[in-house]
Amino acid sequence: MFASPNAVIIAMTEADQATHDNHAPFLAHHFDSPRQQFAAGKLGMWLFLLTEILLFGGLFCAYSVYRANHPEMFQDGHLFLDRYLGAVNTCVLIFSSLTMALAVSAAQTDRRRLLVGSLIVTLLCGVGFMGVKFVEYKAKWDHGLVPGQERIAWFVALGWLRKDSPAPERGYQPDADYVRKHLAEHGEEVDDAEATRRAAGLFPFFGCYFGMTALHGLHVLAGMGAITWVLVRSIKGHFGPLYFGPVDFVGLYWHLVDLIWIYLFPLLYLIH
Amino acid sequence: MSEVAVESPRSAENYLTARRGVMSWLFTLDHKRIGVMYLASILAFFLLGGVFALMVRTELIAPGRTIMGRDMYNHMFTLHGAVMVFLFIIPGIPAALGNFVLPIMLGAKDVAFPRLNLASLYMFWGGAVFFVVVLITGGLETGWTFYTPYSTTTGQSSVVAAVVGAFILGFSSIFTAVNFIATVHTMRPAAMGWFKMPLFVWALYATAIIQLLATPVLGITLLLLALERLFGIGFFDPSLNGDPVLFQHFFWFYSHPAVYIMILPGMGITSEIISVFSRKHIFGYRFIAYSSIAIALFGFLVWGHHMFVSGQTRLASMIFSALTFSVSIPSAIKVFNWLSTLYKGSISLETPMCYGLMFIFLFGIGGLTGLFLGSLSTDVHLTDTYFIVAHFHYTMMGSTAIAFIAGIHYWWPKITGKMYSDAWGKFTALLLFVGFNHTFFPQFVSGSRGMPRRYYDYEKLLPAHPDFHGGHWLSSLGSYLVAAAFIMMAGYLLVSIVAGRPAPRNPYGGAGLEWQTSSPPPVENFTTPPVVGDPYDYSKLRFDPRSNDYVRVA
Ligand SMILES: [Cu+2]
Repeated sequence: MFASPNAVIIAMTEADQATHDNHAPFLAHHFDSPRQQFAAGKLGMWLFLLTEILLFGGLFCAYSVYRANHPEMFQDGHLFLDRYLGAVNTCVLIFSSLTMALAVSAAQTDRRRLLVGSLIVTLLCGVGFMGVKFVEYKAKWDHGLVPGQERIAWFVALGWLRKDSPAPERGYQPDADYVRKHLAEHGEEVDDAEATRRAAGLFPFFGCYFGMTALHGLHVLAGMGAITWVLVRSIKGHFGPLYFGPVDFVGLYWHLVDLIWIYLFPLLYLIH
Repeated sequence: MSEVAVESPRSAENYLTARRGVMSWLFTLDHKRIGVMYLASILAFFLLGGVFALMVRTELIAPGRTIMGRDMYNHMFTLHGAVMVFLFIIPGIPAALGNFVLPIMLGAKDVAFPRLNLASLYMFWGGAVFFVVVLITGGLETGWTFYTPYSTTTGQSSVVAAVVGAFILGFSSIFTAVNFIATVHTMRPAAMGWFKMPLFVWALYATAIIQLLATPVLGITLLLLALERLFGIGFFDPSLNGDPVLFQHFFWFYSHPAVYIMILPGMGITSEIISVFSRKHIFGYRFIAYSSIAIALFGFLVWGHHMFVSGQTRLASMIFSALTFSVSIPSAIKVFNWLSTLYKGSISLETPMCYGLMFIFLFGIGGLTGLFLGSLSTDVHLTDTYFIVAHFHYTMMGSTAIAFIAGIHYWWPKITGKMYSDAWGKFTALLLFVGFNHTFFPQFVSGSRGMPRRYYDYEKLLPAHPDFHGGHWLSSLGSYLVAAAFIMMAGYLLVSIVAGRPAPRNPYGGAGLEWQTSSPPPVENFTTPPVVGDPYDYSKLRFDPRSNDYVRVA
């Protein structure tokens, strides 16, 4: 099912010889051969992925610091996440990585229907993932668990443009009653004062949770945009054994987004 | 046929004349035009940052209020720092000069991703717009480091706009880095192995590694800071169990390596110039090349030396101090190799060489004074004094900016196709050298005697330290000499564009590939494929007085 990389490179090398006579499709003027173009693109993509890892790295580092400083708050915080929804999303993304890999292989071996189909399935997986994420976010918002929630609401409602609406105070006040009930569901009865204290302590966990998953969600959206672009070009029949770089590079990006989620899921949902 | 083209390069179309009109510049994918637009933009911001610096120096020329109030002063020194760091020094050499010469040095037609290159220019402009917004709406008074909680809670200043601007500029920087690394790996001619590359390319390569690895961390830090200020999400707010010192760790994890983003390209230019104007092969090529990579990697392990007094543990401080000293080894390796290249060379003191020598001297002072700041015991005394102001101006302005100017003069004939007046160039170099030391050397003295940095006024310190006034007075006077030198430089360079003598192919006798093409180069960079050889072998080049050009003899 997957074309062997060696066979692909041999095919491209043969194409190099051919380009001296007739110009290969989509070969940019400053490259000598499709192989050089592909090598440059692939290296560029890996370098970009490196920067993405470091961008998330800052948040992973903040997570480690806060979790080391406040382990009990992370213990409390993860009770508020639905690990079943998290697990479903993990499976969805892993499956979408498989279909993405299929798409790359289909582009290399010139099977256009498989290529278009795999890309559509990958895209749908992205939609599904974001849908589940939306359900999760909505629940957190309703219970006031989002850090800076009042200010975000004020900001989104364009309160900063109106003279009569001053910015809400900074602070973190989740719904203490909800927190008390939720802790009770997990077999821990607390009084109101304790519930208020525990609710305020949820900040570092939810700061990390929203920081990491929101940034990841933005990357999923960006990946879906890139897949759509590749899909349109696939339907137009741009890709084949001599030119499949964009499918390959978008695939790499999608795998990275998937991989980051595979780390996020246990770090946020499965704390003991 | 091609012989004729080689003999009369001026009659052929070059990259400046091939297409005309504003649109042909704004939508160009030619790395040379992008480099030229970068150069013009960066120099405009250098002017802006310089005006801020003169305002600061003028305020401090006498005790008490001189020309502005306290808040205005805070805005001025912050904007001076932020504009100079983010809009001048960091993008300076790689984005302007690197963009222009790197592909030509590699014999390539362009960088690997020309569209990404243009995108990085637009992101630079986009980020710069945010800084202009900051200027118009409230200014910035946090210091360029944006330390929390100043930056999240105090003042009317436009921290969010500045932070978003710096975030966008970071992406611009990353795009350039991706482009350079991919270009170096995949666009070299087959005959040019890694150790046949010019050292400027090595330096840009090492710089790009740092840009790639460090800038994303700054990106996420600034994003969190903006969210913190806008929404109070509490990441760096201790009242919400956040950690303000974590911000400093994140910030310096980028900003210490960033000083090597600033200095490494300057070292690369110096390696080129010292060798060419000594007419002697560069000494210790591999040591200089590897030391660039070593600096890039060691630079990531020393950020804690900015936090000796921020409450990190004594053990951490000792480790960071020791690691800081280790970075001085590859830097010293470079200096010794440059000195060995000069030794018994036939040195010609043309303008670029004057700046190249100035770089070695000022970098020496900047580097050696860094040792006092890396040592724990002396650093505690010198923290936040003018000593550190002088130290980093010797490395950033005295080294990086001087190397940038050296590079502008060295490649000016190639970029514009015109020769500037060498006599004016040398005189300006001398004035700049005197003015620079006049400005910053007194700050070492005042600082070591306890003059704190960033103070608006020093009147109340004068009874105990009457010498502080003299120090500031000398320093401000020197800054006017520096300003005069830059005005003169702008003058003779602009005159050269209009009235300069047409530049020959190789006016300084360089052996790199960029000197094998016409000045200015054609759109495709080379009309005939260049001959790859040792970039520091001058034995085959002879000066031809008729054409003022160095020509290759068999
Ligand atoms: Cu440092």
